[in-house]
Amino acid sequence: MANSKKRVPMNHVIGFVLSLVMTLVAAWAAIGSDLPVTWIIIGIMILALLQAGVQLFMFMHVTEAESGNGHVPWNMMFHGFALAGIIVAGSLFTMSFGFDHDHGGGGGDHQQHEEQEQQDHSGH
Amino acid sequence: MHITDILVTGEPIIYGAMVSMALVGIALFFLLTYFKKWGWLWREWLTTVDHKKIGVMYILSALLMLFRGGVDAMMMRVQLAFPDLGFLNSQHYNEIFTTHGTIMIIFMAMPFLIGLMNIIVPLQIGARDFAFPYLNALSFWSFFFGMALFNISFVIGGSPDAGWTSYTPLSGAAMSPGPGQNFYLMGLQLSGIGTLATGINLMVTILKMRAPGMKLFHMPIFTWSTLVTCFIIVFAFPILTVALALLTIDRIFGSQFFTLTGEGLPMMWANLFWMWGHPEVYIVILPAFGIFSEVIATFAKKRLFGYNVMVWSMIVIALLSFLVWVHHFFTMGAGAFVNSVFSISTMLIAVPTGVKIFNWLATLYKSKIEFTVPMLWSLAFIPSFILGGVTGVMLGMAAADYQFHNSYFLIAHFHYVLIAGTVFACFAGLVFWYPKMFGHKMNERLGKWAFWLFFFGFHVCFFPQYFLGLDGMPRRLFITNVVEWLPLNVISTVGAFGMGLGFIVFVYNVYYSFRYSERETTGDSWNGNGRTLEWATTTPVPYYNFATVPYVDEIDPYVRMKEEGKTTFEESKVKPIHMPSYTGQPFIMMAFLGLASFGLVFEWMYVAVFGLLGGVVMMIRRSFDYDDGYYVPVEEIKRTEKKARGL
Ligand code: HEM
Ligand SMILES: [Cu+2]
Repeated sequence: MANSKKRVPMNHVIGFVLSLVMTLVAAWAAIGSDLPVTWIIIGIMILALLQAGVQLFMFMHVTEAESGNGHVPWNMMFHGFALAGIIVAGSLFTMSFGFDHDHGGGGGDHQQHEEQEQQDHSGH
Repeated sequence: MHITDILVTGEPIIYGAMVSMALVGIALFFLLTYFKKWGWLWREWLTTVDHKKIGVMYILSALLMLFRGGVDAMMMRVQLAFPDLGFLNSQHYNEIFTTHGTIMIIFMAMPFLIGLMNIIVPLQIGARDFAFPYLNALSFWSFFFGMALFNISFVIGGSPDAGWTSYTPLSGAAMSPGPGQNFYLMGLQLSGIGTLATGINLMVTILKMRAPGMKLFHMPIFTWSTLVTCFIIVFAFPILTVALALLTIDRIFGSQFFTLTGEGLPMMWANLFWMWGHPEVYIVILPAFGIFSEVIATFAKKRLFGYNVMVWSMIVIALLSFLVWVHHFFTMGAGAFVNSVFSISTMLIAVPTGVKIFNWLATLYKSKIEFTVPMLWSLAFIPSFILGGVTGVMLGMAAADYQFHNSYFLIAHFHYVLIAGTVFACFAGLVFWYPKMFGHKMNERLGKWAFWLFFFGFHVCFFPQYFLGLDGMPRRLFITNVVEWLPLNVISTVGAFGMGLGFIVFVYNVYYSFRYSERETTGDSWNGNGRTLEWATTTPVPYYNFATVPYVDEIDPYVRMKEEGKTTFEESKVKPIHMPSYTGQPFIMMAFLGLASFGLVFEWMYVAVFGLLGGVVMMIRRSFDYDDGYYVPVEEIKRTEKKARGL
């Protein structure tokens, strides 16, 4: 507590401004720019990585040394990554695996088209 | 804009509710003013950072929500037993089952358990408060304003009506225009902040603030269950936060994450919802397991059988709970392989759960059981919960679930686990720790009445629902005048009213005990059977909890302390105690964010921006707040302890 009065935490101020700027740039790229979609996506991805870097190195405790009982910051981060893995891989698995559009002679596909057509007609 | 534009009009029941709410409000205002209690309310409660008081406020709110959710339930049961009466129309029915489900899970079960954790966990590990008391107050007020926001929906703007699962595309802007769904999104988002913060707060408290010598495997089992639950909260709640935010952006700002148009993925909502939702049901059952373990060990007067196994099975359950979510949408259309994988992982979860059941039975085996009220709830839990677990495994068989899904069979399953598990535990825990909180026990005779009414009511209400499900009655249906279903529906409604009666007796008992119960003189309220540190404190618990923190190097340390005649007050070792100061900031900050959420619900952007700015200003104030708390002088500690211990 005592030393928090002593100096301005420059590291945090810079990190905070940086993360705000990057967020604004990303928002601008998506909403205001005329860049092609591919470039927007690539740009946002890069910004996201940089953003994560800022958070981890300037705010979180990645740079901290191992604490008394052998806990390194990577410990908790490992759990975080495992969870992210479950969410992403799990979603891909359940959302796109086995929705068989091409099997069974395309029967499913066919039906869908018909429904689509019917809807189109009633729409007019 | 006129007031009638946002008030819900045209429903006699809702008019009645409005009038009674206004009357209660006026009465409270009048009473507080008349007895000059406003200052007291602010100083003692609204600004408190004491974990015990915050816990009491959590529990009071949860009881209120149990009442509100219970009234919703009764109304649904009346409609189902007398479908020709035209008691509720379909829209009203939809709103009621939505608010019932959401309130019971988010605003009843979780806060009830979090309230008990608030009060008991620091006492069990020999801590003087949470690691972050300010944050704890913040958590409570975020929950409180989230709850308030969600609850006013039925008189202002109209309630959400897409089920507690809020599936897209139904809950999207195209199919549910108006503020209803926004209430759901913002209410949950706001209270979710608090839940997440509590998860972190309790985790740090348990990992860092245990009494000297207390290793993880010396901790009381309720504290263990809290720790495991906190891990689930910290990993699962961000998923809900993100899902709610995406849907909010969809609805309010017109993006297309979950819409049918614009290549949205409506099914992704179900996926994300249950990635949080299944862990969520374990968030509300693991602490319940912890409570039952404490109660059973205390009244069987034995150390909990297989303590290590109990802990490991909770950890395994927590891990598995993240790997089964698809069982909630087997019928969505993923292939046989996907369903099979999740079918197996689902059934696996029954294994550690079964292990726990056998450990409780082994604890009871050949013990001298004392049939107190908390013990009755705990004993009733075992067979009732087994019925819920077994039907869970039936639902877990993907092929069979195509029949069971969304029928009353499912409804019966989750009420058997949630009521016989979580609700029984809330009652057991509240009665068990009541003397610690309020300085007197609840009356045992009335407590038994409440128990038996609720217990029989519960089985009469939900057991027939398994068969209604097998007879093909779907959930969330308001027209049920199908002759085959009627008798069972009537029986079920009778049971529901039995539970209602039990609840009334319980609440009356609170009043009765306040008036007539003997005041506690020792801290070890249950005939000296206490085993863990919370019973070593005096009653009422001094605000600093422990004058001196004992050295602990075993399970159930208080048993030995009693044998050796030790207490938590060693006069020679008393030192000044560092305590946090009370502050109104958490309340004000969350009031601002509550206002912002209210603005977003009606999409009044100026209100929302104003509220958010207010919240940010409060956060900045907090950042420059160097209040380090204060020290309780040794003299005062000695005086307090001597008085409390009658020395
Ligand atoms: C032996 C352990 C359990 C198994 C195998 C199990 C299995 C299942 C399955 C397969 C479903 C989905 C059925 C369907 O939608 O067709 C389900 C629903 C549900 N379960 Fe369980 N369950 C278990 C324990 C629990 C516990 C302990 C709780 C909470 C305390 C719980 C709460 C719920 C809830 C709330 C739902 C329904 C959600 C909804 O659709 O609204 N279950 N369970
Ligand atoms: Cu589940």
